[in-house]
Amino acid sequence: MSDLIRFRDDAAHDEPAVTLDAFAGQSNATAVRLEPTDDPRALIPHLGRLSLVEVAFAKFRDGRGYSIGSILREAGYTGELRAAGDVLVDQIPPMRRCGFDSFAADAPVNRATLGKLLSLYDDVYQKTVDGRAPVWAKRRG
Amino acid sequence: MYKYDEYDQAIVDARVEEFRDQVNRRISGEMTEDQFKPLRLMNGLYLQLHAYMLRVAIPYGTLSGRQMHMLAHIARKYDKDYGHFTTRQNIQYNWIKLSDAPDILTELATVEMHAIQTSGNCIRNISSDQYAGAAADEIEDPRPYAELLRQWSTFHPEFSYLPRKFKIAVIAAEEDRAAMKLHDIGLQIVRNDAGETGFRVYVGGGMGRTPMIAPVIRDFLPKADFLSYMEACLRVYNRYGRRDNMYKARIKILVHEIGRDEYARQVEEEFLHTKTLGLDAPEAEFARIAALFASPAFETGLTDEIDRGDPDFAVWVDQQTVAHKAPGYAIVNISLKPTVGIPGDASSAQIDLMADLATEYSFDEMRVTHAQNIVLPHVKKADLYAVWQKLDAAGLATPNLDLIGDIIACPGLDYCALANARSIPLAQKIAARFADLGAQRDLGELKLKISGCINACGHHHAGHIGILGVDRKGEENYQLSFGGSAAEDTSLAKIVGPGFSEDGVVDAIETAVSVYKSLRSDGERFIDTYRRVGEAPFKKAIYE
Repeated sequence: MSDLIRFRDDAAHDEPAVTLDAFAGQSNATAVRLEPTDDPRALIPHLGRLSLVEVAFAKFRDGRGYSIGSILREAGYTGELRAAGDVLVDQIPPMRRCGFDSFAADAPVNRATLGKLLSLYDDVYQKTVDGRAPVWAKRRG
Repeated sequence: MYKYDEYDQAIVDARVEEFRDQVNRRISGEMTEDQFKPLRLMNGLYLQLHAYMLRVAIPYGTLSGRQMHMLAHIARKYDKDYGHFTTRQNIQYNWIKLSDAPDILTELATVEMHAIQTSGNCIRNISSDQYAGAAADEIEDPRPYAELLRQWSTFHPEFSYLPRKFKIAVIAAEEDRAAMKLHDIGLQIVRNDAGETGFRVYVGGGMGRTPMIAPVIRDFLPKADFLSYMEACLRVYNRYGRRDNMYKARIKILVHEIGRDEYARQVEEEFLHTKTLGLDAPEAEFARIAALFASPAFETGLTDEIDRGDPDFAVWVDQQTVAHKAPGYAIVNISLKPTVGIPGDASSAQIDLMADLATEYSFDEMRVTHAQNIVLPHVKKADLYAVWQKLDAAGLATPNLDLIGDIIACPGLDYCALANARSIPLAQKIAARFADLGAQRDLGELKLKISGCINACGHHHAGHIGILGVDRKGEENYQLSFGGSAAEDTSLAKIVGPGFSEDGVVDAIETAVSVYKSLRSDGERFIDTYRRVGEAPFKKAIYE
């Protein structure tokens, strides 16, 4: 049973996500599930009608999903971006920085630990899709 | 050298707190070892044969006296009174208790140090030329770029779970003192025809079980695009690097399998996109960092004369000092390769002494080299005798830089959970066989490198003489190879024939060295002769 954590105000999307192949042949689908090997750029022409992109993390050590998230947000996707699968509490903060705003973890996530981890770093070194100002920007005041 | 501001300090302090919490969650059982492992590795903590090993980052190998004193303090308080300087210009402690690790990081943070990304499948500590800022032959100091990379790569969220570890080196001279082409990315600062400086970018080098020399993927990268180009290189690797087999997961395999041209094409395509994202720090931020690396206030009007009255001192000066860009100054190499000792090891007392010497004689600065020695980058020639006397009294004045006794060796089976054979006792036997320093000098530059397993931490592929320890039916066996180089003429060593016992390999090296002596022409180093005559005469003498 997955444990859904969301950082969005809208209602969770309840249409089942389809595979990238199914999505290509299904003009009305609004939710898609990407595997680590899928090319997220295939979705770019269709971002406007998508309200959920779910990215599969079969193993938490497989970092391909982080690039998938970043690429979709860089392309302007504003819908729900969900990390699903072997998602652990210590991986959620970097996933947030790559644009994920929803987490369907296979195992329960300790909310107190997550809260602490998310507020631990006041500053970040690099610019990413989360919009936080990197320290080089803050240093310039 | 670089100084933390409040942002850098806050980030490192937060990291200590985060890691302390992770250790607590592991000890309480909230996290499994499988879940904890990548987290502790990303903080340099390995579980070795006998204990935890903690690897502390020394960014681009540069550190101050105060930082060096802290390294001695940690060795004294938490370890067995010594530390081991590594081929990645870091230091590692071999006898650490898991429960002490957070306290050690707390202490390190007080002197602007950490263990961030000294292990794990992420971007590792950035390495550089140990003579940066002092060398007469550099275009500019490469360390401000290395520091920019350090900041960009620290907790880079997209690149924290790469297929495999990722090592970057930055140099700024034609002479390569950092094994740049044997890194995942090697960056050489160059000048183009218009007189602008930028980077020549090499991608896909590495040692390990499949050694590769990195090809050039871009001849000239303008400085302004530096980080967005790095981002593109890493993104292509993160997406397409192999994850099905950890032995084929380094970027060198990707570059090799799809080809240099195709990898470069993919990077250029991604770069067209990343360039639009505003990832590069502005020129003013680079200038801020570069100002912190400004040359120290070298005195002028100094003499270049050295009183060579003491013959032992004169030998040391000739072997251990290198030309400095400022008149009256020299670069001093401190050997951590005493004839009977462990390559790269230093006691707390020796570490303290080197720190004091740096403070008193070298503008409070020193470097760690990938050959596991220490450099005092800016010493007045007039002070060399005093420095030598103090080093000599501490057993740190062995004049063997780049000689056969200056052996690179990994920790091997004495410490490492991955090793198949011991490296340290073999290094000691070789050093003992060639103990006569006069004979070593007669042999000239001869880089001997030993790895205790195929992962090649001892850089055996890049040794003029390389030795790889393997396990053969439960016995330690050593494969001998010749012809490697980590310098600007990078080459990979070739195995000469069947392996040897520990004593047998020492004999074989002695034979090879005699062959060299009999065949060398004037001024030829071992590797030059080997390249000229080929392996046949060596092989014949060793095996017949």
